[in-house]
Amino acid sequence: MSIVANFDLVKGKLGRIKGRKIEAPEFKVPMVKRPTGRSLDSFHGWRRENGRVGVRNHVLLLPLDDLSNAACEAVANNIKGTLAIPHAYGRLQFGEDLEVHFRTLIGTGSNPNVAAVIVIGIEDGWTKRVVDGIAKTGKPVVGFGIEGHGDIATIAKASYVAKEFVQWATELQREKCGIEELWVSTKCGESDTTTGLSSCPTVGNMYDKWIPRGVYGVFGETSEITGAEHLCKARAATPEVGERWYKMWKAYQDDVIEAHKTDDLSDSQPTKGNIAGGLTTIEEKALGNLEKIGRECKFIDILEPAEAPTKGPGLYYMDTSSAAAECVTLMAAGGYVVHTFPTGQGNVIGNPIVPVIKITGNPKTMRTMPEHIDVDVSGILRRDLTISQAGDALIQNIVRTANGRMTAAEALGHREFSMTKLYRSA
Amino acid sequence: MSKPHLLVHEQKDTVGVVVVEGLKAGTDMLCVVTHDNSDFRLAAKMDIPIGHKVALKDIKKGDTIWKYGQDIGKAVADIGKGEHLHVHNAKTKRW
Repeated sequence: MSIVANFDLVKGKLGRIKGRKIEAPEFKVPMVKRPTGRSLDSFHGWRRENGRVGVRNHVLLLPLDDLSNAACEAVANNIKGTLAIPHAYGRLQFGEDLEVHFRTLIGTGSNPNVAAVIVIGIEDGWTKRVVDGIAKTGKPVVGFGIEGHGDIATIAKASYVAKEFVQWATELQREKCGIEELWVSTKCGESDTTTGLSSCPTVGNMYDKWIPRGVYGVFGETSEITGAEHLCKARAATPEVGERWYKMWKAYQDDVIEAHKTDDLSDSQPTKGNIAGGLTTIEEKALGNLEKIGRECKFIDILEPAEAPTKGPGLYYMDTSSAAAECVTLMAAGGYVVHTFPTGQGNVIGNPIVPVIKITGNPKTMRTMPEHIDVDVSGILRRDLTISQAGDALIQNIVRTANGRMTAAEALGHREFSMTKLYRSA
Repeated sequence: MSKPHLLVHEQKDTVGVVVVEGLKAGTDMLCVVTHDNSDFRLAAKMDIPIGHKVALKDIKKGDTIWKYGQDIGKAVADIGKGEHLHVHNAKTKRW
C-alpha cells in the first residue's frame, strides 16, 4: 500500500509506479545436503575463550554513545569483514537506565557470536567500563576515546587494530558441538491470529523438545502477557519464581502503563498491524504469544533486561519491551545466539549479531512477502502439517542456521540494534 | 481431512479464526476445533478476511468472548452467529 501525503509536491512520480507488481524470476539452486536424524543433535560453531559457543564470527565496532557512531562506521568502511552497530543513546543517562545501557553494550560485545570487539566512545571513562566488561570473556577487545584526538586519528588507530582482529578471527575454525550448547531466544512480531494457531506453537514445540536436552531458552515481552498473566505465572518452575514474575508484571502495569496511558492502548497494544491481521484485544494477543513456550516447559528464573542467565540450562523469562528490535537486542545481550521469530503479518526484523529465524503460518504472508520467511508452517492451518512436524522443521532450520546458513533477515541486510531506554536522560 | 475454512482453539470458545483468503458471505464453512480435531459447519454471514474472527453463536453486548478457552474481552454490540467479530464490536477489559 502507498501512503500518500502532500502528493502534489512530487508531481505524479508515485503514480507511475503505483500498481507495478514485481515478481521473483523463476530459478533453481542446487540442492544442499540438509541435516536429518542424528545430525540434528549437533552443529559446528566457534568455541570462545570462556567456553561458550557462537554460530557467527563477527568483529564488532561498538559505539559507546551516539556521538561515536560516525567513527565506528568509518572504521567498518575501511576494514572489510567488520561490523559497526550504531545506536541512538549513551549520554547523560543515569540510574537503572544507565545500567541497562551498559549491560546491553557489554552483553552484546560478550555474545559468543562476536569474536573480537573495538569500542569507541566520546571519552575514555565509560569506554573503559565497556571494554573491561567485555574483557571478562577473555576475547580480544580494545577501546578508544575520541576527545583530545578527534575522529580521524581515532579512526586510523582503530582501523589498524580492526585489520588485525579480522585476520585473526577469520582463521578461527568451527568445531562440532552438541545442540545443548545452543542458546535460543524467542519473541514474535506483527502477530495475528495465525501466530497463536501455528508459528508460536511451532516455537513452543521446539522448546518442549530441546529444553529437556539442556538448551537455554528465553521469552519476554512483559506488556504482551497481559490477559494471560495467570497462565504465565503458573508456568514458573516454583511458586517463588511465579510470585517474583507476577510482581514484575504488575509493576510494569502500575508504574508504566497506568502512569502514562492516554487511552486503552488501542493502536499500540495490539498494534495497527495486529488489528489488520484480525487480533482484537491485548488478551487475545497475549494468549497467542504465550503459545511460544509450549506445553511442558517451566521458566526457572527472571532476568533483568540484557541480563545473562546464571541458573544453568532451562527456560528463562526476560523483562523486555514487546517492540521487536528492542527485545531481540536485549536477548542477544543476554548471550543468546539464535533467535526464533514467529510472525503473522510479516515483521521484517533482523539483528546485527544474532541470526533471526522467521516462521509464519499465514498463507497470505507467504504469498506476498516470502523472501522474509525462513520456515513456512502454513500447512498447520490447512491441517496437513502437525505442530510436532512444524517443530521438527524449525529444529532443522535452527541447526542449518547454526551451521552457517544465512537467514532471510541476514541476506536482506537487517541489522536492527535498538537500545532500551527506561526514562529521559538527565 | 479437507481443508478447513475456520479454526477454533477450544470447545468452550465463542469465536473461530478464518484461515482461507477471500472468504465470501454465505460460505458453508468447515470448522475444526484444533484441541480435539472435531468439526462442524457454520454459514458465514459476511465476507471476512483471513485471520479475522467469526462469532460461533449469538453474542450479546457485554458478554465475555472466549478464545483459547480463555476470556479475551467483551462484546460492545450484539454480534450474530456467523458474523465478523473485531474491534468494531469487541473490546479489551484491560487498561
